[in-house]
Order: sequence, then C-alpha cells, then structure tokens
Amino acid sequence: MIADLPLWAAVLVALLVVGGAALGLLGALGLVRGQTFYDRAHPPSIATTLGMSGILFGSLVYFSVTGLRLSVHEVLIVAIVPIVAPVTMMLLARAAIFRDRIRGYEGELVPSQRAADELAQAEQEAARHPAAATDPEPPG
Amino acid sequence: MSATIVGWALLVAHAMLAVGMLLAAFRLFRGPRAQDRVLAIDAININAMLQVVLLGIRAGTDAYFEAALVMALLGFVSSAALAKFLMRGEVIE
Repeated sequence: MIADLPLWAAVLVALLVVGGAALGLLGALGLVRGQTFYDRAHPPSIATTLGMSGILFGSLVYFSVTGLRLSVHEVLIVAIVPIVAPVTMMLLARAAIFRDRIRGYEGELVPSQRAADELAQAEQEAARHPAAATDPEPPG
Repeated sequence: MSATIVGWALLVAHAMLAVGMLLAAFRLFRGPRAQDRVLAIDAININAMLQVVLLGIRAGTDAYFEAALVMALLGFVSSAALAKFLMRGEVIE
C-alpha cells in the first residue's frame, strides 16, 4: 500500500525512480547496440551507478518521509555497489583481453565500422603521400 | 493524489527495468562470446535488484531492502567468479 505523502515528496520520489529506471533502460540499450565487447562493456556501468543511485535515493526519500525518521540503510547499497562494480568490470575486461589475445586480434579490436573506414582511408592517404607517412609518431 | 503519482511512477519504472532486462537477456542468448554473456548476466542482476527495491517502495515495508542488498553482493561475487573462470579456466586455484 502506497502511503499518502506530501506532494513535493511524491514528485521527488517519482522523478528519482523514473530517472533511475530510464538510465537502467539506457544501459541495457547500449549493451545491445555496441559493436564489440569493449563497446558493450561501458553502458551497463551507467545503470549500475547512476540508475541504481536514482532508484535507491528515491527509496530513501520515500521511507524517510513516511517513516518520520531518516532512513539511511539505502546508503549502504549506494556505497557498496559503485565500489565493487569497477572491480568486476576490470576483471572481466582483463579476461576478455586475455581471451582475445589467445584467439588473435583479428576483427576484435576494430571498434566499429566507422573507425575501420577511417583507418582504411588513412592508409590510402599514406599510400598516396609516401613522404608524409615517414614522419614517425612520438615514441611512448 | 500523491499516492497516484508514486504509483504510476513505480509502474513506469517497473516497465522500463523489465524492458532493460529483456534487452540484456537478448544479449545473453545472442552472445557472441562468453564475456558478453557475463556482462549481460551482471546487467540482469542489477536490474532485478532495482526491481526488488521498487517492490519494497510499493509494499511500504523495508523488509525488501535486505533482499536487494544480498542480491547486489551475490551479483558482485558471481560476476567476479565468472570473470576469474574466463581468465583462468578455474575459479579457485
């Protein structure tokens, strides 16, 4: 049963909850639309940090207003999840790099079709102007 | 009035998170490689945890909070174990 809270609190809770859920949806959309694994690894982090904090702060406001005391235990999840999310992401990315290295880099590290086209165009330019291609990149 | 606002907001948020879970499930079944599936499982777990938090707001009790906390921590542990498995071929060595 949803309690009758004051209007400002209701609007605040609604905005926080819907905003957090929209960010969660956005992260899942990016997970589907990415071209390679390294593209797809980024968007779910939006859902795990910002979307999660939005919904949990909405919960905090709701229970603080209805319970007439500060409800702080939501802060526990808000504190824990952004700390552990980069750890899993780093482990997973290192595992992915390892597996790509075993399989060979072909086709895996080209981030998207657009970047592949730009690379091909740059190679054509370099073939057309051999003098410009000889200037070395700065080392390191 | 305000209960109506919160109720509709919760409904919309439930729907959005469910669509996000479906998209992540699509990535889970599609692949193409194991690390993509682990990423999708992680996203599904986070979205399920947020659904439980929303259920807690709807029910008006904070009994759901413990479930959400356990789901968040188990999601971290399972993702870390799966990533370790992908890296090494075994979890505990």
